Amino acid sequence: MATKLPKTDVVVVGVGWGGGIIAAELTKAGMNVVGLERGKERKTEDYYMVHDELRYALRYEMFQDLSKETITFRGNEKIRSLPMRSYGSFLLGDGLGGAGVHWNGMTFRFLPYDFQIKTQTIERYGKKKIPDGMTIQDWGITYDELEPYFLKFEKMAGIGGEENPLGGKRSEKYPTPPMQVSPVMKLFSDACKGLKYHPYIMPSANLSEQYTNPDGVARAACQYCGFCERFGCEYGAKADPVVTVLPVAKNTGKFELRTHSNVRRILHKGGKATGVLYIDTTTGEEYEQPADIVVMTSYVFNNTRLLLLSNMGKPYDSKSGTGVIGRNYAYQVEAAAGVGFFEEKEFNLFSGAGAMAMTMDDFNGDNFDHKDLNFIHGGSISYSQGGNRPIQNNTVPPGTPGWGKDFKAASIKYANRNVSVWAEGSCMPYRHHFLDLDPAYKDEFGDPLIRITFDFEERDREMVKFLGAKCGQILKEMGADKVVAYTEQGPYEITHYQSTHNTGGVIMGDSPDTSAVNNYLQMWDFDNCFVVGASAFAHNGGYNPTGTVGALSYRAAEGIIKYHKKPGSLA
Amino acid sequence: MANETEEQDLKDHKEPDQSRRNFLKNTGYAVGGLVVGGVVGSLLRSPNKSTTNNNTGNTTENKAPAGEAVNFNQALMYFTQEQFLITEAATERLFPADDNGPGAKELGVAYFIDHQLAGEWGLNGREYMQGPFFKGETTQGYQGRLKRREIFDIGLQEMQNYSNKKFQKKFKDLTPEEQDTVLKAFETDEVKLTTISASGFFKTLFGSTMEGAYADPLYGGNGNMGGWKLKNFPGNQMSYTKIIEQDKFEKITPVSLREHLPHS
Repeated sequence: MATKLPKTDVVVVGVGWGGGIIAAELTKAGMNVVGLERGKERKTEDYYMVHDELRYALRYEMFQDLSKETITFRGNEKIRSLPMRSYGSFLLGDGLGGAGVHWNGMTFRFLPYDFQIKTQTIERYGKKKIPDGMTIQDWGITYDELEPYFLKFEKMAGIGGEENPLGGKRSEKYPTPPMQVSPVMKLFSDACKGLKYHPYIMPSANLSEQYTNPDGVARAACQYCGFCERFGCEYGAKADPVVTVLPVAKNTGKFELRTHSNVRRILHKGGKATGVLYIDTTTGEEYEQPADIVVMTSYVFNNTRLLLLSNMGKPYDSKSGTGVIGRNYAYQVEAAAGVGFFEEKEFNLFSGAGAMAMTMDDFNGDNFDHKDLNFIHGGSISYSQGGNRPIQNNTVPPGTPGWGKDFKAASIKYANRNVSVWAEGSCMPYRHHFLDLDPAYKDEFGDPLIRITFDFEERDREMVKFLGAKCGQILKEMGADKVVAYTEQGPYEITHYQSTHNTGGVIMGDSPDTSAVNNYLQMWDFDNCFVVGASAFAHNGGYNPTGTVGALSYRAAEGIIKYHKKPGSLA
Repeated sequence: MANETEEQDLKDHKEPDQSRRNFLKNTGYAVGGLVVGGVVGSLLRSPNKSTTNNNTGNTTENKAPAGEAVNFNQALMYFTQEQFLITEAATERLFPADDNGPGAKELGVAYFIDHQLAGEWGLNGREYMQGPFFKGETTQGYQGRLKRREIFDIGLQEMQNYSNKKFQKKFKDLTPEEQDTVLKAFETDEVKLTTISASGFFKTLFGSTMEGAYADPLYGGNGNMGGWKLKNFPGNQMSYTKIIEQDKFEKITPVSLREHLPHS
C-alpha cells in the first residue's frame, strides 16, 4: 500500500528545463510545488573532473541507466519492435536538470512558418504539396503570440546572439552579446556572404560574458574549454536548470524537491488528476502525492508513456488515424552535411563551446521557394566549434583505410584540419510514425516500455540531397582542399548518434480531435493536468528544440497560474 | 574560492592583478545575487614530476631517477595472460608505432581494455540486457545476450583459432602482415562465427583501441599522455579564451585530470 502524503498545490513530474521553469514561476506566484525527480541531485561542484571524454561522452555518465528502463524501436509496423539495449541515436537525460544539463546550448526560436505550417504551406503551394500520410498541422498558437515567452526564456538563461536576418521579429535584442568568432567561423561567414546567404552568430546559452538575470541569478562567462555536449559545465556558464531556475524556486521556500522519486502513474478520478504514485528508488517504498494540479515535465517518451500507463487521453491508433496520445512522433534529419579537409592550415579545433557557431536560415522553413522541390520545410545550416575531443574525432579523407598505419597517420594529420558543415533538418510527422506501449518489453518495475515506430521518408531523402549539396558548396567556398558532401539519407538507425531532439506524442493544437493539449499545454481531457516539453511539438523544425521548449514552458506556467486562480479550460 | 579582494575587483570592473590565473579573471565569478557555484580558483596543482610514474606507459623518459619506475596499474584485472598478449598484438596493428609516435602497445591500450572489461562496461552494467532475445534488423542494434567480457573471450579465442588454422602459429607469433590478414578476416566477416559477429567484435576492439589511445591516462591507456601529444590535444585545460579567436595554431603541453586532485 502506498503511503499517502499531505496534498500540495502542484506536483511536477521530472525536474529538467520544463519542471524547473514551472517550479520557479509557480513558487514566485505563491503556490506550493513538489518536484519529483527520478535521478540524483546535481550541482556545479560535481564537475571538477568533467574533462573526461571516456566517462561522460563514451560511458554516458549523465544519462538514464538503460538497464532499468529503455525504449523499443521498429522501422514500421510489420517489424518486431526490439529494445534499444545500448545508447546510440539519442541520449536520455537523468538526474536533476535532466537533458538540460548535458546540452550544447544552441538556443533558437522556431520560425513563424513552423507554428502555422499547414495553413502557410497550403496558401503558398496548394493542398497537393502535402503528401498522403503527412500529418502536419498548425500548433494552435502563432509566433507572435509566443514571442514574449521566447524572450522570457532568453533573459532567464542569458542567451547571447546576433539577430537572425531571416527569423521571426524580435521585440528586444538578446540579453548578452554573441559568442566570440573563431577563424573557422569567420571562414564560414565569409563563404556564406560570398554566396549571398545570410549567416549570423548562433544564439548561445554558453554565456559570452558574466550575467545576472532578472531573477538575480549571477553566472560566470564561458571559457571555451571544449567540453559541453554530454558534459556538465564546471563554471555554471552554460545555462541549465540547476544554475538558473531551480535556485529561484528553492529561494521562495515553497519548492520541495524530492530526488530518487520515480513516478509510475498519474492518479485521476472523474476527469480530474488527483496526484501521482511514485517509488522512492532508495527504499523501494511507494508514495501517493496528492495535488490540485499535476504537471508532467519529463522527456518526450516518459510524458507519453505515463499518460498511456495511466489511461489518460485517447491513445493514438495508426490504423484509423484517430486518438491523440502518441500521435505525431518526429525526430531530426541530420544526414545532410559536408566535411572539408585543409592541407595548408591547422586550426585550434580542440577549443570551443557547445553553441559557439555560425549558422544561416536561407534554406530553413519556407525561406526559399519549394515550388519545384519534392519536400516542404528545410533546415538551418551551421558550422559549430564545440571542441574536437580525441576519441570521437577521427575524421579522415575518403579512401583512407579504417585502421592501421595509414589510418593513424591521417587521423593525426587531419585532427585539427577537418571542418564539418551540417544541416539541422526539420522532420515532418506521418500517420504511421507514433509512440505506444510495447507489448513485450518491460522496465524494472514490470511496466511496459514505450515503443517508437519511425523511419525516414522520401521527403527526408529529397531534403538531404538538397541540403547536403549546399553544405558541400559552402565548404568549397571556405577554401577546403578536399570536400565530401553527404547527400544520402539511409533508413533510421537506433545505433548511431544523431540528436536528442525527439518530439511529439502529446501535441498541442486547437482541437481535441487532433491534439492532446491546448496552447497552454493543458490537457483537453483533464483540465488540471498540464504536459510540458517537446512532446507538445506538432512537428520538429530545422533547429535545436530547447528554445521553443523554454518558451512553451513559460506559456504553460502562465496558464497554470491562471487555472489556479480560476479553474476550467483555458482554451 | 576567489578571495574577497578578487571579487571586489571584479565588481568594480578593475583589471585584475596580472599574477592571477587567466581563467579566473575571465570567468568574472560571483557578482552578487544568487551564487550558483562554479569551479573556481586553486584547482590546478603544479605537476609533480617526481611522482609521474604512477600511471604511465613504458617510455624511458619517465623513469624515476633512483631505481626502476614501477607502474602498479599495469597488471591484469580480467584477461588471462594469453588474452592479454593477443589483445596487445592486435591493437598494435590497429594503431601501430610509427614516425608520428607511440602505438597501442606503448600507450598501454591492452591494459586499458583489460581494466574496462573488469568493470561496468565489460558487464554491460548500464545497458538493457533483459529478454526475450531476438535477432533484429541492423537498424535495431545489438540484440545478443552476451556481455562484452564474453564477447572478448570468444573473439580472442577465435582469433587464436583462425591464426593456428591458417598459419599454424599463435596470433602473437605471426608476422605483422599475417596479423593484418587475421584482423581483416574478422573485419569483413570472412571468418564465420556462430556465437558472435566477427565484424561486431572487430568494431568493439577498434573502438576500445581508440579509447585506450586517447582517454585520460587515469584509465591505464594514453601512457604519458602520448596519445594526446600525437594529435596536439591539450587534454584537461581550464580555459581557451586567450586563443579562441587566434588564427595561429597553438601547441599546448597537455594536462591530465590528475592535476585536478583536491589539495589535502
